[in-house]
Amino acid sequence: MHPAPSIIVFTTLSGLGYGLACALGLGLFDPAALATKAGWVLALALVAAGLSSSTLHLGNPQRAWRAFSQWRSSWLSREGVMAVVTFLPLAASAWLCVVESRYSVVAGLIGSALCLVTVFCTAMIYASLKSVQAWHTPLTPLCYLLFALAGGCVAASFLAFCGAGMSPLFILAAVILLAAAWTARWFWRRRMLDMRPLSTPESATGLSAIGRVRLFERPHMTENYLTREMGFKVARKHAGKLWRLALLVGAVVPVVLLFFLLIGSAQPGWPAALVAGVAALASLLGIVVERWLFFAEARHAVMNYYGG
Amino acid sequence: MTSLPSLSTPKKLGLVIDLDVCVGCHACVVNCKEWNTGGYGSALSDQHPYGADVSGAWLNRVHTFEVVPDGGELVGEAGEARIVHFPKSCLHCEDAPCVTVCPTGASYKRAEDGIVLVEEDKCIGCGLCAWSCPYGAREMDLAAGVMKKCTLCIDRIYNETLEEADRQPACVRTCPANARHFGDLADPGSAVSIMVAERGGVDLMPEQGTRPVNKYLPPRPRKPLAASASALQREEGTEGATGFFAWLDGVLDRI
Repeated sequence: MHPAPSIIVFTTLSGLGYGLACALGLGLFDPAALATKAGWVLALALVAAGLSSSTLHLGNPQRAWRAFSQWRSSWLSREGVMAVVTFLPLAASAWLCVVESRYSVVAGLIGSALCLVTVFCTAMIYASLKSVQAWHTPLTPLCYLLFALAGGCVAASFLAFCGAGMSPLFILAAVILLAAAWTARWFWRRRMLDMRPLSTPESATGLSAIGRVRLFERPHMTENYLTREMGFKVARKHAGKLWRLALLVGAVVPVVLLFFLLIGSAQPGWPAALVAGVAALASLLGIVVERWLFFAEARHAVMNYYGG
Repeated sequence: MTSLPSLSTPKKLGLVIDLDVCVGCHACVVNCKEWNTGGYGSALSDQHPYGADVSGAWLNRVHTFEVVPDGGELVGEAGEARIVHFPKSCLHCEDAPCVTVCPTGASYKRAEDGIVLVEEDKCIGCGLCAWSCPYGAREMDLAAGVMKKCTLCIDRIYNETLEEADRQPACVRTCPANARHFGDLADPGSAVSIMVAERGGVDLMPEQGTRPVNKYLPPRPRKPLAASASALQREEGTEGATGFFAWLDGVLDRI
């Protein structure tokens, strides 16, 4: 599948924003601290940037409001509805913290729960597509949820060292969730590499009774919408290298850095904040590469008709 | 509403494509584009139509496959390889995934005849329906920013201003080899249903669970060349001659 930058930015930033909002909604930070206020603004900005990026690839974005109507059947519609529903408690929590330096348990916890529901809906857009076998697994929503939570906890750890409030809980959670997310993603990729293709050129043409089928001529010489959108191959040869790089940058680096902060009982202040900030940036970069691979490595059933 | 019809549709209009007969001439492809660029919805645009990197939205395409018998790598090793021309357009699936994924309600399946359509005024061009279709039946129109697909020529088949013979999809009407047939696959007595029953019509990618309405008739077993050659030899024989020719045959044998 073509890894469109707008979709990678959308899933990465909105996932991180919802993860951070989910962590902040637990109310473990001091709502009067500047870092907590900045955290809420950052979370909402990430969500807004991600969601608006998702409209960039639309052919007719002026009609995007119609996407709220089909929540009965469509995960994309459910995602849109949940994004709006989730915005209400998040905006309330952010207002209370930024303006009134208060925390409301009700708004906070409802917001945290809805953040996870929205990320789940985002993941189900992909997981519900049987035509892309690599995505069609419960591991897809599991990975999306764990990456959102891990990213949120790494960002929250950074805020903690910036003076939002001391909470070793977030750092411990960040280490555990990072390990869990990358382990789930490892299983996801293992499944993809090991699976027998559900559909083959033989089943796609119904010609298995005669023999083995291979493409002789495409319908046309040049690329078309389908081959551009679903026949992505460029740089797929580097997939293994990129995967190891993502593991190093997104998993090993932040886990090691946070682990040292944890066992060193680091106190808030710029040295610890700097280390946690590097961990957060590395984790974000790792997730971007991971998301690129999520699209680029997935093969669409239609390619059975195009010899790819 | 992008939920599928709750009951099975009373009619299942669709195509039956005969892979034994298709000669791969692409006439159906061209006539489809010709009819649909001026028909239902916005025009079917092309990008750089006179440039080197020409591309565009088409609702019907012909692929060509080579089928090698199992056990053979070399030509003729385990029987003859054969070329199969393979026209492909929307299969108007009963469990159409492209309908249920649509977030806006633009994509729908008609409850009366099962035709899957796009209401272009509601389409936001997100492309998710094209992703959900394992057959590649949907292509985005890059000029209009809306999804395009086969309408089964809904503006022909019900169009009473056309001659009755023309009330068929453009691809069916134009096929010079009669490889494409249109009809109601819910009616077991229809010509298309009988054809499917007699020739063992198949679904494409049944494992995807889409339950396509369109069926494909597999190529008939190929006759070896020798079988045709022996028929030629028989032309020296005179068995079966009757009347004057039988008498003449006898006379010519005797003299």
